[in-house]
Amino acid sequence: MNSVQGAAPTSDLTSASYHDDHLLHRLYALQQQFQHIPASSIGALAAELCLPLAQVEAVIDFYSFFHRTARGRVDLLFSNCTSCGDLSLMHDLCQRLGVVPEQTRADGAVSIGEASCIGMCDQGPALLANGRTLTQLTPLRLEQIAERIEASTPIEQWPAEWFHVHDNVRKNGLLLGTTFSTGSALVAALEKGAQTMLDEIIASGLRGRGGAGFSTGMKWKFCREATGDAHYVVCNADEGEPGTFKDRILLSSHAHAVFEGMTLCGYVIGAKKGYMYLRGEYRYMLPELLAVLERRRKLKLLGTAILGQSDFDFEIEIIVGAGAYICGEESALIESMEQKGGVPRVRPPFPVTQGFLAQPTVVNNVETLAAAAHIAVHGGGWFNAHGSDKSDGSKILSVSGDCTTPGVYEYPFGTSIQRILDDCGAEHVQAIQVGGPSGTLIAPAEFERKLAFEDLATGGSFMIYGAQRDLLHVIQNFAHFFAHESCGFCTPCRVGTTLLKNGVDKIATGHGTQYDVDELRRMAALVKRRSHCGLGQTAPNPILDLLQRFPQAFEDRLVHSDFEPHFDLDKSLQEARRLTHRDDAEAHL
Amino acid sequence: MRKVRVATTSLAGCFGCHMSFLDMDERLVGLLEHIEFSRSPINDIKHCEPCDIGLVEGALCNADNVHVLREFRQNCKILIAVGACAINGGVPAMRNHFTLEECLNEAFLDEIGVDNPHIPNDVEIPLLLSKVHPLHEVVHVDYYLPGCPPPADAFVKIITDLLEGKEPSLPREILHYD
Ligand SMILES: Cc1cc2nc3c(=O)[nH]c(=O)nc-3n(C[C@H](O)[C@H](O)[C@H](O)COP(=O)(O)O)c2cc1C
Ligand code: SF4
Ligand code: SF4
Repeated sequence: MNSVQGAAPTSDLTSASYHDDHLLHRLYALQQQFQHIPASSIGALAAELCLPLAQVEAVIDFYSFFHRTARGRVDLLFSNCTSCGDLSLMHDLCQRLGVVPEQTRADGAVSIGEASCIGMCDQGPALLANGRTLTQLTPLRLEQIAERIEASTPIEQWPAEWFHVHDNVRKNGLLLGTTFSTGSALVAALEKGAQTMLDEIIASGLRGRGGAGFSTGMKWKFCREATGDAHYVVCNADEGEPGTFKDRILLSSHAHAVFEGMTLCGYVIGAKKGYMYLRGEYRYMLPELLAVLERRRKLKLLGTAILGQSDFDFEIEIIVGAGAYICGEESALIESMEQKGGVPRVRPPFPVTQGFLAQPTVVNNVETLAAAAHIAVHGGGWFNAHGSDKSDGSKILSVSGDCTTPGVYEYPFGTSIQRILDDCGAEHVQAIQVGGPSGTLIAPAEFERKLAFEDLATGGSFMIYGAQRDLLHVIQNFAHFFAHESCGFCTPCRVGTTLLKNGVDKIATGHGTQYDVDELRRMAALVKRRSHCGLGQTAPNPILDLLQRFPQAFEDRLVHSDFEPHFDLDKSLQEARRLTHRDDAEAHL
Repeated sequence: MRKVRVATTSLAGCFGCHMSFLDMDERLVGLLEHIEFSRSPINDIKHCEPCDIGLVEGALCNADNVHVLREFRQNCKILIAVGACAINGGVPAMRNHFTLEECLNEAFLDEIGVDNPHIPNDVEIPLLLSKVHPLHEVVHVDYYLPGCPPPADAFVKIITDLLEGKEPSLPREILHYD
């Protein structure tokens, strides 16, 4: 078959574990090559991949890293996270380069826009340049970037050290402090057998580290017991919750443990295939991850007849996302794996009975799988000797914001918040967002609370806000995040998150009244109660938390009148005045 | 006993909501035992007097709509946004996908067969807002009567509830559209 215009395969990366024939990968390649998805390539691509045209079109529109019109040859996306973002740097650079945000400069050389948290909160401000991560930005670095853009120096020739991402592990615990010997979990599994290994995982008390905290052993058990043509293991490496970057270091420095956890799960549930869904923002790690998989194949820890066991086959493939927070939700993630937009499914049926390709599927967080590998080696007792009553083991935290040493910290469950603040050098703390925007905002009176599923749960995000921060501004940032990331499937969230955003904006800009606060509260309750998935159900949390714990943050901004219009009425007539050349009394409001 | 005074108006709407109001048919006769009309297209009274209930159909698309809505808000104890246009912008808000300039150019300059192309600028003509807005973005709205148009039964229900001094509430049958 003749090569389709633009449908170039991503040849440099083709490997047994990264497939060219996945729609997301092919669209990524097109976007890289042409800075957009050329309309002329869509039909051929759909035909080649045997997908309905409408599905390809829908996928292009769903993911924020794909564009219909050309971005610049250098496309810069500044993180807008409260920890790894600094939009003032973005605006300065726009001015320096003569770029309007989200519009490609006329010469096609550059475009500049925003991205939701890119997971560099311990080394921000950060941005993505054609998908590659640049951290620790300074005005000087941006000046250097601007010079290279104006000189048309391709990104590949920018200094390699600009793209360096540090691990910043500040405190080792149960998992990070225990050396994992490659292959040891699988050796242990083969010794014990699948059922005993499953019992061990159940006995360990391990609960999901991705946020929801479901018992990992029970999840594996349900999947193992479910009937299907095939079983699948999925590692959720989407890590999209703002302020979370702990999976990043597990993937960069402990990938063997993660892949081994997947393989172990495959052994226990009887799966022959596993997938890692890697967020697009972490694509820079893909070559190294593929190399690790290749090494594991050579070590007979992956592929057919693992460790010489004729009936133990397991393969791992990596699928890379394209900028959609919702794809971290397990059923949306599966939809994305199936080359569709990431719209959450109706549950039940849960993935353990009907997941990928409607087959029994375990979806686990990166950290959960790494923990499972350690448990296989050291036993459930080793694990649950640590932690609190209802939360066994340890939790790896991504600490960021106003503190002296942001980075990765591992603590046994049950550790107090104050202890964490002391360790990372955080003083004069006004509030902490535990668990990211979808989690809980806590005030100093609560700093003796504990890190635990039964008290303060977190998928890993721990964002600290010092006394100088404007908390309403922080919450406004989160409201914008959710409105942007809502998948649009259900009305309460699609419309509600935008109304919440508008409401917070109105108050933050000094146009809100008590009536607007009451409306915000009413809308927040409705969105929380009526939304289809976890995104909408948690999106109002920051607003409700701020209302409850820091009501002053709202009250200080309120106008004391019964009602304020939602927009500037007279300004709304400006365009008509211009078009009609009128400026009489009736032409004003 | 003093009758409850009701005013109605249509802003950027199609009068479909008013037609549906009239669809109350003979039930209107019974209602008239208890209510009387101030400003309304039914009687052609030009300005709203102090009223108990104001029913407003249509969205806000121009300066005059804003003046009328403000007059209603000032004079009506209870203001009800009637129909999809008043509540969400509805059909008129479809122009929000375009700039005002694009809309006016299409209608008055570029369209085939336009005679004497110019954008009307007589001071008698209210200026258009750059976007169409629902009522609650400009004044406080007390109740919303959904539908395009709301069925006659919905008008009966909300008005009788208010006459009886009850918090208005529409049963599911009236709110369920498919
Ligand atoms: C909006 C949303 C985003 C999510 N993002 C992630 C994510 O980035 N990583 C993750 O592991 N789990 C995420 N989850 C939770 C997953 O749905 C799922 O519960 C988890 O991957 C299960 O793995 P675990 O049991 O090991 O935690 C998200 C959930 C929601 C509702
Ligand atoms: S709650 Fe939001 S993200 Fe979830 S399905 Fe509904 S629209 Fe999509
Ligand atoms: S809601 Fe429907 S019936 Fe009522 S004015 Fe608007 S378009 Fe007409």
